[in-house]
Amino acid sequence: MTPRSRLHVPSPPARPGQEPDFSYVQISPAGAVNCPDVTASARDIENLSLEMVRVLGEDHRAVGPWDPHLEPQELQVGLRHMLLTRLFDDRMQKIQRQGRISFYIKSTGEEAVAVAAGMALQPGDMLFPSYRQQGLHVVRGRNLVELMCQCLSNTHDMCKGRQMPIMYHWGKGNIFSISGNLATQFPQAVGWAMAAAIKGEDRIAASWIGEGASAEADFHYAMTFAAVYQAPVILNLVNNQWAISTFQGFAGGEHQTFAQRGPGYGIPGIRVDGNDFLAVYAVTQWAAQRARQSGGATLIEQVTYRAGAHSTSDDPSRYRPKEEWRAWPLGDPITRLKQHLITLGEWSEARHSQLEKELEAHVGACWKEAESYGTLTSGPFLDPLTMFEDVFKDMPPSLVREREELRALRTAAADAAPAAPSVAQER
Amino acid sequence: MARMNMVQALNSAMDVMLGRDPRVVILGEDVGYFGGVFRVTDGLQRKYGEHRVLDTPIAEGGIIAAAIGMGVNGLKPVAEIQFADYIYPGFDQIVSELARLRYRSAGEFHAPVTIRTPCGGGIRGGQTHSQSPEGIFTHVCGIKVVMPSNPYDAKGLLISSIEDDDPVVFFEPKRIYNGPFDGDPHKPAVPWSAHPRGEVPDGHYTVPIGRAGVVRAGNAVTVLAYGTMVHVAEAAVRHLGVDAEIVDVRSMAPLDVDTVCTSVCKTGRCVVVHEATRFAGYGAELVATVQEQCFWNLEAPVQRVTGWDTPYPHAFEWDYFPGQTRIAAALKQVLEAA
Repeated sequence: MTPRSRLHVPSPPARPGQEPDFSYVQISPAGAVNCPDVTASARDIENLSLEMVRVLGEDHRAVGPWDPHLEPQELQVGLRHMLLTRLFDDRMQKIQRQGRISFYIKSTGEEAVAVAAGMALQPGDMLFPSYRQQGLHVVRGRNLVELMCQCLSNTHDMCKGRQMPIMYHWGKGNIFSISGNLATQFPQAVGWAMAAAIKGEDRIAASWIGEGASAEADFHYAMTFAAVYQAPVILNLVNNQWAISTFQGFAGGEHQTFAQRGPGYGIPGIRVDGNDFLAVYAVTQWAAQRARQSGGATLIEQVTYRAGAHSTSDDPSRYRPKEEWRAWPLGDPITRLKQHLITLGEWSEARHSQLEKELEAHVGACWKEAESYGTLTSGPFLDPLTMFEDVFKDMPPSLVREREELRALRTAAADAAPAAPSVAQER
Repeated sequence: MARMNMVQALNSAMDVMLGRDPRVVILGEDVGYFGGVFRVTDGLQRKYGEHRVLDTPIAEGGIIAAAIGMGVNGLKPVAEIQFADYIYPGFDQIVSELARLRYRSAGEFHAPVTIRTPCGGGIRGGQTHSQSPEGIFTHVCGIKVVMPSNPYDAKGLLISSIEDDDPVVFFEPKRIYNGPFDGDPHKPAVPWSAHPRGEVPDGHYTVPIGRAGVVRAGNAVTVLAYGTMVHVAEAAVRHLGVDAEIVDVRSMAPLDVDTVCTSVCKTGRCVVVHEATRFAGYGAELVATVQEQCFWNLEAPVQRVTGWDTPYPHAFEWDYFPGQTRIAAALKQVLEAA
């Protein structure tokens, strides 16, 4: 018989109506993986890209060499940030369902990936997130009202009505502008880090992309440049198993771990339990220390699960088992940190419910304030003439002409319809 | 004043800016130790060190992305893309990121990146070393697009581009790196040293972005051209002996509408010349602008002389290149119209 090739098309282990099956996820016991010195060569620590760094055990205790030994107060802050992120997400999702914002993306189940990493970094470190790390804004103390106003495209919108919901940025907080084009921020973070090294600063960059986006050329650019120049950057690849309906096998996850790509470029790859707050904190701290000591970049595969839909425009029940999230072997990052604190005697169910109530009330109050600055359907509205600003630093004559054309059109329309909505003059 | 060819003038611009502004860095393939395949960055790494003039991996998307990150972190990167034909892997980073960053972040972030790239044909480069993709970039809002036609403008415009807080795509017509070219490949090469615009000051000066130049005054017809085609048009006008005004557009975006339209309103006739392909090319924008602003002064339909709508063919370069014959024919047609 003539040998023939056969095209392999990856397929997830379970589809709707089938039993969830996560047997493909290789999990190391908590505390089982060694913690090398931050100066170790990528080649000598390749095992970190295959195993899984975990600190929190089944008994909710922190074990092993990666335990960051955080004070209970810090853990409580982390729990608070993750819980606030989740409640914020829940609220915004509901608001989207009510038609009061056009779109939303939750980070449910992945809060530790942003919150623990964000807490392990310095405030001057520059963050280049994708669209599912709102926890970074929470860690850096951003007023939720500002995030909500962005989602509302209202008069206080940081993006001045130019971006879809969740495409935040924060210059003062050192959080970069989110792009809808996937993975573009990965090599930009490397460029930012190269500049920090050129200037001789001790600030580093960190970026996040999904495992699906790691198929983009930008991932390869980032890894190559980071390796070549030993850029002080942490490259987080958030493997939440699903890129909309596409399971991680289509990004190449069937044959090797995503972390294994690191050593291929000469960069340490660390595979971490992304739902283990302490483990995420520890590997971030390790990579940050390495970067600050001119040791270069680290690729961290954050193994987690996208508990919600990709976005409010997505319906995951059409392509994966409905209850898959409950079968996810790495659990829920909030529950796990909560149980850890309870085990330490530093937390209780009562305190947890109390905190939940407090944060829910806080989110509710923020929403009230945000709405007072305008919604999609009721004023005050942003002045549409501001759309011509910031294309360039100074407005060229061609744009001035276009702005005046629109101004005349709007004036004519307002004269024709005297009940036109009020316009808030922002400038 | 020194005599420089365009390569030396561009080198001098970067030398001046590296010396004046510690934020300026150069990056690109072969630009460092070797000094660039066209020698434009020759000696700069030796003078300013390998942290200021960086050789990069062969990854145009990575070069642009890294330059954006550097720009966000306070540097003023000058990225070289070795040939404009190779800019496309960086297209997403230019269009979706570089051009939009200031807008999408409402001015909180921006990346003042200059992208230098040699363009155009006439060097036996075939379709992968001859393209003129300026029209693809002028269609993108948020970036400026320029192309000098001589050493003096090259240096002044490059300094303006590096000093600009907005991103600039800087096209270098490589056929005229070493001397002006009138479109006749059989004539001996002419050096820049014999050309008045080959006189270039050593120090800092600027040629502003957004301003066209009138390289020849005239009253009978206006020729709008840029890059290599300025010289081809000059030769065609000279041989034909017509009283043409030649405008070097120089800054494609933003366009100097006033200079262009003042000239066409005066002459009432217009020929647009570029090396790039015709359909939906930059010339169409020039023609539309002229039509909008000068319609009642026009005596004849505006003509375009461009590259054919085919890829740049290696063996048929001089049948493809819009030379003097085609420009002269268009001039005659426009001048003879009632």
